[in-house]
Amino acid sequence: MLSSLRTGVKGLWRASSRALQTSSTLQHDSLFVHRDTPEDNPNIPFEFTEQNQKRVDALLAIYPEGHKRAAMIPLLDLAQRQNNGWLPISAMHKVAEILNLPRMRVYEVATFYTMFIRRPIGKYHVQVCTTTPCWLRGSDAVLNAIKEATGCEVGGNSPCGKFSLSEVECLGACVNAPMLQVNDDYYEDLTVEDTKEIIEKLKKDEKPLPGPRSGRFASEPLGGLTSLTEEPTGPGFGVQDGLKA
Amino acid sequence: MAGALARVIRGTKTNLGIVGPLANINNVPVRFQQTQAPPTKSKYGPLADQDRIFTNLYGRHDWRLKGAMARGDWYLTKEILLKGTDWIVNEMKTSGLRGRGGAGFPTGMKWSFMNKPSDGRPKYLVVNADEGEPGTCKDREIMRHDPHKLVEGCLIAGKAMGAQAAYIYIRGEFYNEASNLQVAIAEAYQAGLIGKNACGSGYDFDVFVHRGAGAYICGEETALIESIEGKQGKPRLKPPFPADVGLFGCPTTVNNVETIAVAPTICRRGGKWFASFGRARNSGTKLFNISGHVNTPCTVEEEMSIPLKELIERHAGGVCGGWDNLLAIIPGGSSTPLIPKDVCSTVLMDFDGLVAAQTSLGTAAIIVMDKSTDIVKAIARLIMFYKHESCGQCTPCREGVSWMNKIMYRFVEGNASPKEIDMLWEISKQIEGHTICALGDGAAWPVQGLIRHFRPELERRMQVWACTHGPSMAEKLY
Repeated sequence: MLSSLRTGVKGLWRASSRALQTSSTLQHDSLFVHRDTPEDNPNIPFEFTEQNQKRVDALLAIYPEGHKRAAMIPLLDLAQRQNNGWLPISAMHKVAEILNLPRMRVYEVATFYTMFIRRPIGKYHVQVCTTTPCWLRGSDAVLNAIKEATGCEVGGNSPCGKFSLSEVECLGACVNAPMLQVNDDYYEDLTVEDTKEIIEKLKKDEKPLPGPRSGRFASEPLGGLTSLTEEPTGPGFGVQDGLKA
Repeated sequence: MAGALARVIRGTKTNLGIVGPLANINNVPVRFQQTQAPPTKSKYGPLADQDRIFTNLYGRHDWRLKGAMARGDWYLTKEILLKGTDWIVNEMKTSGLRGRGGAGFPTGMKWSFMNKPSDGRPKYLVVNADEGEPGTCKDREIMRHDPHKLVEGCLIAGKAMGAQAAYIYIRGEFYNEASNLQVAIAEAYQAGLIGKNACGSGYDFDVFVHRGAGAYICGEETALIESIEGKQGKPRLKPPFPADVGLFGCPTTVNNVETIAVAPTICRRGGKWFASFGRARNSGTKLFNISGHVNTPCTVEEEMSIPLKELIERHAGGVCGGWDNLLAIIPGGSSTPLIPKDVCSTVLMDFDGLVAAQTSLGTAAIIVMDKSTDIVKAIARLIMFYKHESCGQCTPCREGVSWMNKIMYRFVEGNASPKEIDMLWEISKQIEGHTICALGDGAAWPVQGLIRHFRPELERRMQVWACTHGPSMAEKLY
């Protein structure tokens, strides 16, 4: 009887332990800690170029005295742009030095925001939106097409080193779904064919034309305007009496 | 996340005058205003082109200063500034404009909080252009095609609250939009419209652009302030409200892009003109984003209180496969609960109409789902979004949303016990209202909407799963 009780308890324990931890953790983002690598360690020097140094001064100028720390995100972004789209630890140290802050304050910010990428990435960072509005219009197929065309896995680089692929949350172009972003440009209203074409062009280092691929210019309804068909009214139209005087 | 999530009720005592006693409609407590104005109109929409504020919404005309001036921007701005603070705030109050970021707080009142006697600290206007609520893409159109409306709006709003500078916090992904906006600001500086002695009115005002770096939570006003200050975007406890201690420790008002961009036109054409659209207390025009399963998804400016069905059929070419193929609609961005087809057929698109339908106007981002949609997966994907975007500060949100995510993905397969539906409901209720900001609420509401309207579907999936796989682990445990 004791043994049957033991197996019962064991079974229960097994069942409940399974309920505590059921699914594997989804690695949405990269590692949150720094590991020294040959490409990214504190001994690699980082300096802003002369041109970027001017930008640094311009960025610092828009914040009031005593609150220069506000320039943190713009400076990190600038450093990332200078360093081929990713942010090495020495750049973080440089920003900490410019802002006269403990390094930890910069690490905090660099790990919080998803646009700071702390690993070497490809020349073209392809970000596919897979949140519900895009998903409803077939973003899964677009994502698969990119995986196939580039050989990237989500969160990784392609074997050729030219592409990096990320699955991102809503990029704010929902009426032009599905869409993807390559570096700074949005490609909207995609089909699988469009996606393949974009990747092929990028492979040849040609820049595909950003914007919607369905033939519309922006977010108007495809196939004829339903509003704003008249010429816009000019200055002074409908001005209230209180202002005329 | 714009203010879709900000809780209106959390105002100071003076604000509470706007909400009336609790009443019950369909067993749901609904707050009504105490004074019910008699309706003056019975039909809302479509809007005439001459009454649209964003005349270059689709980018068909020149967006730069010359083109903007030809469309009537920057006209009589000096006169508006010279009318003074009280006049501008009064126009905004007359217009009945409610914040367009989602929470719907009356803008005129918000601006008037800034007019306390000065204690020597500078004041700031912060414009929330961190548009990230799934379904929402209206501010992007303003910033890339009508940036001068926003810049002019900053100046007028700044004057109304005596601010010395405006910071426009634009999400980092909107690189091209930010550069259009930056060009517009540079043009305005060169033309003497902003900067020292703006428009020749003797008022000094600066406008700066600050780009974010990809965090939905930075759309919450205090997180946005933290983020501008160069910290992690983690919301602050309120009070103190930003109107007392905000950006750099100074009085600050945070407004949505659309709210600021409509202000100049309201001042020019008059608050009464704006108030003539839509139902009482829901007045004005609004940008609607219609995405998902419609024939021609689009962004369109329409009158408030337009029936949802008419909006979709007129501008978005109808639901794919006809109106009868409709399953459900999320009417105001991802954080608002969905409504099923029978509600969609009659509901009016405004704050009160949607509250009565147990949902909310939010940012007026309409996500349409037809009968081919896996509705459980659609909501599960939204919860995954919230799980990813939770800042991790409050335990109920950080842990609770992860739990909901796990449970929801089991619901997608049906590998769950029907008892867990109530458990999920309870978790969502435990998250809602127990966090610093309203991201937790925003994550809880879609789940509540799903359970409210699609419980039979959830149960059906569990039955199907149990038929093929035997009782689920959860069934054995509970």
